[in-house]
Amino acid sequence: MIQAIAFYLFAIVVVGSGAMTISSRNPVHSVMWLILAFFNAAGLMVLVGAEFIAMLLVIVYVGAVAVLFLFVVMMLDIDVAEMRAGVARYFAVGLALAVALAAEILIGIGAWEAGGVKISRRAAPIDSAVPNIQAIGDLLYTRYLFVFEGAGLVLLVAMIGAIVLTHRQRSGVRPQNISRQNARRPQDATRNVQPPVGEGVEL
Amino acid sequence: MIGLTHYLVVAAILFTMGVLGIFLNRKNLIVILMAIELILLAVNLNLVAFSAYLHDLVGQVFAMFVLTVAAGEAAIGLAILVIYFRSRGTIAVDDVNRMKG
Repeated sequence: MIQAIAFYLFAIVVVGSGAMTISSRNPVHSVMWLILAFFNAAGLMVLVGAEFIAMLLVIVYVGAVAVLFLFVVMMLDIDVAEMRAGVARYFAVGLALAVALAAEILIGIGAWEAGGVKISRRAAPIDSAVPNIQAIGDLLYTRYLFVFEGAGLVLLVAMIGAIVLTHRQRSGVRPQNISRQNARRPQDATRNVQPPVGEGVEL
Repeated sequence: MIGLTHYLVVAAILFTMGVLGIFLNRKNLIVILMAIELILLAVNLNLVAFSAYLHDLVGQVFAMFVLTVAAGEAAIGLAILVIYFRSRGTIAVDDVNRMKG
């Protein structure tokens, strides 16, 4: 009973915040609704016993990706008013496409429910005695080790790519040159003179 | 007891909502990227639900890899968005015609 209540709560909020994400006028509000959607999706995943993926969703998406979106939204100087200008033009075709897609997916779900495919063999059966995180760790560091390394490589390339793309050499600024500062010696910078009395120094 | 169908229907609604978001926000590339994140979230929800109801852990491992690729995609997409905005001063999709494709 409590599980059903939790499921419907999470499901309604995730769908509602998804709708607000795509229809919000202000991109900052969109990011906030996206964060809410991710939290509730994590709740849905906890309900079926996938704690690791749920926590990963909260940490990676809410902690990193959503904040990245927020930074970019606030960094760009966008005119919010003209942003929504073309909505009405594309609404009909977009809605038609979305309805068709939803109908197709629901028909697929119905076909699956009617008993389409039976899977006889499990690749990695879930043992209810082993905690979810431990089971995923066991699988990830043995059978899927190379795929795991590949995922790390993907993240590395993404990081380097993002840095290379957004890095720019700005002219007209005078950055600190630490090695030049450290190489400067007193005898290069100062001069010791003995001026005659009453004549002053020529600089 | 909540069945697998409930999860699949929620994921289907979320997926179509993401597709609709791509059409609605033609002037705003950031929201299009967010809609793509919604689509990937729906896919992850499907993978996790199937993994739990079929008692097979591989779905959850796969969901983690989808998450990785989604994070990389968001980083690269936002970087391209930033340099595009820097050179053109707009992020409308309709104006992306520099390569005359």
